[in-house]
Amino acid sequence: MTAVGSKLRWGILLVVTALVVVAAGAYAAVAFQRFQDSRTAVSTARVASGAAVLARGSVLFRNTAPGQGYGMIGTVPLSDPAGERSLAGVACDRVYGTLQNIVCLKTSRGLVTSFEAVLLNPDWQPARNWAVPGIPSRTRLNADGTLVATTVFVTGHSYGSGGFSTETSITTAQGSGGTGNLEDFALLVNGTRVTAADRNIWGVTFAPGQSDTFYATAASSGRIWLVQGSISARTLTAIHDGVECPSLSPDGTRIAYKKNTGSPLAAHWRVAFLDLATGKETVLSEPRSVDDQIEWRDDQTLLYGLARDGAAGDSDIWQISADPASRSSLYIEHAWSPSVLR
Amino acid sequence: MYLSMSDRNGGKKDLAPPATGPAGPLQTPFRLSPVILWLGVVSMLTDVSSESVSAILPLYITGFLGLSAIAFGILDGINQGASAVVRIAAGYASDRIGSPKRVALAGYGLSMVARIGLLFASGFWALSAVVAGDRIGKGIRTAPRDALITVSAQPEHLARHFGVHRMLDNIGAAGGPLLAFFILMLMPNGYGTVFVVSLAFAIIGVAVLALLVPNLKTRQPGSAAPDSKTGPGRGFRWRLLREPGLGRLLVAAGLLGLLTVGDGFIYLVLQDRDSFAVQWFPLLYVGTNVVFLILAVPLGRLADRWGKARVFIAGHVALLACYLLAAAPVGGLGPTVACLVLLGAFYAATDGVLAALASQLTPPDKLATGLGAAQTVVALSRMTASVGFGVLWFALGPSVAMVVVGSFLAVGVVASWFILRGGLRQRPAA
Repeated sequence: MTAVGSKLRWGILLVVTALVVVAAGAYAAVAFQRFQDSRTAVSTARVASGAAVLARGSVLFRNTAPGQGYGMIGTVPLSDPAGERSLAGVACDRVYGTLQNIVCLKTSRGLVTSFEAVLLNPDWQPARNWAVPGIPSRTRLNADGTLVATTVFVTGHSYGSGGFSTETSITTAQGSGGTGNLEDFALLVNGTRVTAADRNIWGVTFAPGQSDTFYATAASSGRIWLVQGSISARTLTAIHDGVECPSLSPDGTRIAYKKNTGSPLAAHWRVAFLDLATGKETVLSEPRSVDDQIEWRDDQTLLYGLARDGAAGDSDIWQISADPASRSSLYIEHAWSPSVLR
Repeated sequence: MYLSMSDRNGGKKDLAPPATGPAGPLQTPFRLSPVILWLGVVSMLTDVSSESVSAILPLYITGFLGLSAIAFGILDGINQGASAVVRIAAGYASDRIGSPKRVALAGYGLSMVARIGLLFASGFWALSAVVAGDRIGKGIRTAPRDALITVSAQPEHLARHFGVHRMLDNIGAAGGPLLAFFILMLMPNGYGTVFVVSLAFAIIGVAVLALLVPNLKTRQPGSAAPDSKTGPGRGFRWRLLREPGLGRLLVAAGLLGLLTVGDGFIYLVLQDRDSFAVQWFPLLYVGTNVVFLILAVPLGRLADRWGKARVFIAGHVALLACYLLAAAPVGGLGPTVACLVLLGAFYAATDGVLAALASQLTPPDKLATGLGAAQTVVALSRMTASVGFGVLWFALGPSVAMVVVGSFLAVGVVASWFILRGGLRQRPAA
């Protein structure tokens, strides 16, 4: 390199660096301003002036309407889901509520980002919180709010250090006992114990009126099962194939779930339900892929979230009757993670 | 800048201290080559760029886009394999055209283009393609870049120069995630900003490489290396394994790699035993990285003085100590921190040192191929180790599995000692 060439190269480098730094800085500044504006902007959904009250006959959800109150817990009456929503001043990534308490999974932003589960009183005050080892995915309470199930995605720090897996555990609302990671339960398929290393468990649902029985999804070696779990016996027993994220109906007779009709790599999840007594499976007409743990509005109607087209970070809750002839319809706009307070 | 092989290894038997005289082993004072400094800066900028994205990618995919994480994990495994294999091919290409910089530039450039794609990709397949591009770019650039380091470094201080490069590299790897999480702390949904900032670092990195790193040749055109036994540099690359020393090094590195379970597993074992606050989990990675960057230069110096193969093997002894600490039934902060320090020391003693060893055992006209071969062997054997350890974990439980792997590693350390010693003995004394 000649001296002149060297000077020229340094000049080009300085210009490139300056341009890039200014451009990235400008983008960041605009994005930050837009974020500040959106945080203080009026919500795109109609929000009631009073604080949310936990009441029988309402739906609790995560509000995803851009503007003030984004990410916070909201409620609407079952009778008027499209009406004004009331917000509680608590933000969650995933939420589930009963009349006794609410479980809220959230991301704690910081230089070290961590994740936690918070159990809230009916007046939205935190009663207990504990760290969860990954990104919030699913959570459920049993009917009387004494058992809490959480599913999170455990990830390496970089995509260089291993893929994704799930961690699912059940704890008591008081904090004592609990199952630990459900992967440590004995997984029984056709009477044989599966010990393969790649077992994954996710999406717990509790059986109404029973304190020991739950259902969940188990997967290993590319196969997926609906399992019935026993907390006391520490077993998971496969009872059906291909059922993901099960959700028991309030009367305990049917399990709604997502059924993968695509391939493991390009999943397309249909909404389906299984009659537990007969083992009969019914796939519903929803054409879009539903990646959610379904919630029963009542014994006939299902609720689930779908991402809103063209609006990352926003979603809507849809409903569909448990009937193959039924079509889905919009239930609550700008909302996610529904639970029915009954 | 041409250096013959005997120049580069200084005629040393590598398991013995360099016998250059009683007065002091190293007469040449250390002088950091500006080329290596700039390569280090390029790696630092690129690592800030790639690690800032990879730290938040799981959150972005599952939490923000709502895509299936499991499928992404499957694809990522495939990508990792592809990246491992591409390293040896890129090394071969670099040797064939005799210009590592061009190949390295292609690798860094591909990763930069992938960052641009990230700004527009929102679907599962688009994102997968972007991540694959980034990974393949990383696979392409590593061997030619290490070849550039080799030809720029003083032969007596080869491992120390690699240490300087790895130190700068790890500053970027530790800083990237902090930068990304800082942006998300200010703007919870500010993924777009993280991607733009990441792209900015990638562009500056590529600009520094293109403008400040000279286009060094690894061989003189038209002449074969003086002591190459495989003839002119056009031979099929597998013949390279017949080079005295390199084949043995690859066997030893592969053997030890098969017994190196991923650090993710070690953190999980620590967590399983200790049940210490789950929220500190991400800090374990940062801690290991910081120890790595602090020890990279001192251990490189040690390798130059005491013998690279010795330091390489000693690094695995540190890893063994970490396994045993993780398996021991003692809890608390002390053993955990000690384990992180040992793990960081393991990386500092093996990563740059292996590259220095491989380049020393490879004729100049096949330098990048040799470096790529060593990296491919290590990457593939470690991937195998992770799968195997997962099985062992479920069969035996974390602590017992750790002790079993540790026992095998102890045997592997002794075996690789003999393998490497035999290889180096075979070499004719220069």
